[in-house]
Amino acid sequence: MRESVSITALLVGAMLAWGGAVQAASLTVGFSQIGSESGWRAAETTVTKAEAKKRGITVKIADAQQKQENQIKAIRSFVAQGVDGILLAPVVATGWDAVLKEARDAKIPVILLDRDIDPSGKDLYLTAVTSDSVEEGRVAGNWLAKTVGEKPCNVVELQGTVGASVATNRKKGFDAAIAPHANLKLVRSQTGDFTRAKGKEVMESFIKAEGGHSICAVYAHNDDMMVGAIQAMKEAGLKPGREILTVSIDAVPDIFKAIAAGEANATVELTPDMAGPAFDALKAYKEKGTVPPKWIQTESKLYTAADDPLKVYERKKGLGY
Amino acid sequence: MRALRAGAPQLLAFLAVLLADRLVAPQFLAVHWQDGRLFGSLVDVFNRGAPVALLSLGMVLVVATGGIDLSVGAVMAIAGAVAASLADSQPLPLVLAAALATGLVCGLWNGLLVAVLRIQPIVATLILMVAGRGIAQLITEGRIITFASADLAFLGGGALLGVPMPVVLVFGMLLVTLALVRGTALGLMIEATGGNARASALAGIDTRAVTLAVYAWSGFCAALAGVVAAADILGADANNAGLWLELDAILAVVVAGSSLLGGRFSLWLAVLGAVLIQAMNTGILLSGLPPELNLVVKAVVVLAVLLLQSPRLAGLSLLLRSPR
Repeated sequence: MRESVSITALLVGAMLAWGGAVQAASLTVGFSQIGSESGWRAAETTVTKAEAKKRGITVKIADAQQKQENQIKAIRSFVAQGVDGILLAPVVATGWDAVLKEARDAKIPVILLDRDIDPSGKDLYLTAVTSDSVEEGRVAGNWLAKTVGEKPCNVVELQGTVGASVATNRKKGFDAAIAPHANLKLVRSQTGDFTRAKGKEVMESFIKAEGGHSICAVYAHNDDMMVGAIQAMKEAGLKPGREILTVSIDAVPDIFKAIAAGEANATVELTPDMAGPAFDALKAYKEKGTVPPKWIQTESKLYTAADDPLKVYERKKGLGY
Repeated sequence: MRALRAGAPQLLAFLAVLLADRLVAPQFLAVHWQDGRLFGSLVDVFNRGAPVALLSLGMVLVVATGGIDLSVGAVMAIAGAVAASLADSQPLPLVLAAALATGLVCGLWNGLLVAVLRIQPIVATLILMVAGRGIAQLITEGRIITFASADLAFLGGGALLGVPMPVVLVFGMLLVTLALVRGTALGLMIEATGGNARASALAGIDTRAVTLAVYAWSGFCAALAGVVAAADILGADANNAGLWLELDAILAVVVAGSSLLGGRFSLWLAVLGAVLIQAMNTGILLSGLPPELNLVVKAVVVLAVLLLQSPRLAGLSLLLRSPR
């Protein structure tokens, strides 16, 4: 079964490559987006449109309003329209087998964006473009270890929502990165639910519990909590960015304003550009028959004051974050 | 004096929670002066408890009429979004007026559904609870709107004579509400409506107007809470502002000893209930316990406070004699 599938895939790929060479490559791609659950997702949609335009690809976006049945409907309609490829940002991990088989039978490659699905469906999609949230935590931890050097440092951590896989992974990566450095000590860790208000409240309690001047660095699982924490530090008469180092994840526009003002030190980007690599993989597959690896990992890029934060802010603020 | 005696279980519970906080965090009761304002964990308790305290001032009156208002969290989000989107272009009085008027309209909408159209309160306010967050997201276009206006920021982070502004606002609203309902016969009418609406109507009370008024007041209080929450983080976060706070407000009212069936209420105990919940939250944050335990600890403490108020548990002998 699996062999026959890959052979058909190759054949189809070869045929399409030939077809693509004849009529100048103009692909039509359907994109089933989850919905407007966060600013990051809005930015992802904006970037997808821009990346498609750059490559001369026509992209049809279907907003699923956080419902799997809407996504399934969207995929079916993409199949009916006979698109060249489908991008899917799956709202949940399971329940995709039937509709992905329909797409496979129609010989339309599906690429997952941002999130993976249950392993049982691994042969049902071409590739998945996602970030590695353990790696994001590791990049943050490595930056902190390098910046602090040898001196002892008490670190406090603002976790994401308890039980969210992103929070668990970002903690895991950070813990692993600072573990070899005995001078870095994680003294407090609490959840700030990924929000500004809770990030501020939790940081206030950290400052009271530890004494503001004994905290040397703050690590937050997202930038929003860090923005709240920065306010808490300022209100307590501390100088975030100078007296207390900060490192967080996501790279939303507002954190670059804080970095530019010297109130934050570093952020690790969760890139909203998942579609760019997906389009490239799809094009290579369609034109040359190149089968991409099952997982395309996006870069977890570190930004600090050295990266011209105001310029990054200007570039990012129009994306819809 | 009578009010104090009625609130004895709540006061005891509050002191017990403070004592527990002091045990897990030795510096808990230390308050000092910094940058022209009071600074310390105890101040945080009152400051962070302010939004829920404001919500509970409206909620307690709604509950006293036998109703409930599930929409207060969403109204917070709407009012915060309105305030944040106007803050940088309009003067503060106009910003405040717009945000509070929005809350008042939301409250009147709820009141209309409950008092005039006779829809059950839990269903009527559920509509705005769900739709309201969507409205707030429409205003903010799904992103966090930030502002730089120092005037609006003062309401969240400023201080009057060293006391944080949110605490000042709660105190002010408590006095205003007390004057409105206890200074007049309105409080009695609210209790009568909650006790027996038909009998009250026959006795000449305009129960429809009373019901409309309490929902409108709840919307107004929620809007003020939303403004405070937005002013605190210098931005409106439509996805998260006031999320689940309606439950905290209801909890505060219940902890205050009000019956969800209506008929009796105490304003200052509702505020105390809100502060008690926050004292618990702050204590958990200070304790350094792993975050997985947050909700468990909260549940145990709430259960203990409610048991303390239970008439059946007032004497063990009574419990043993009771049929169940």
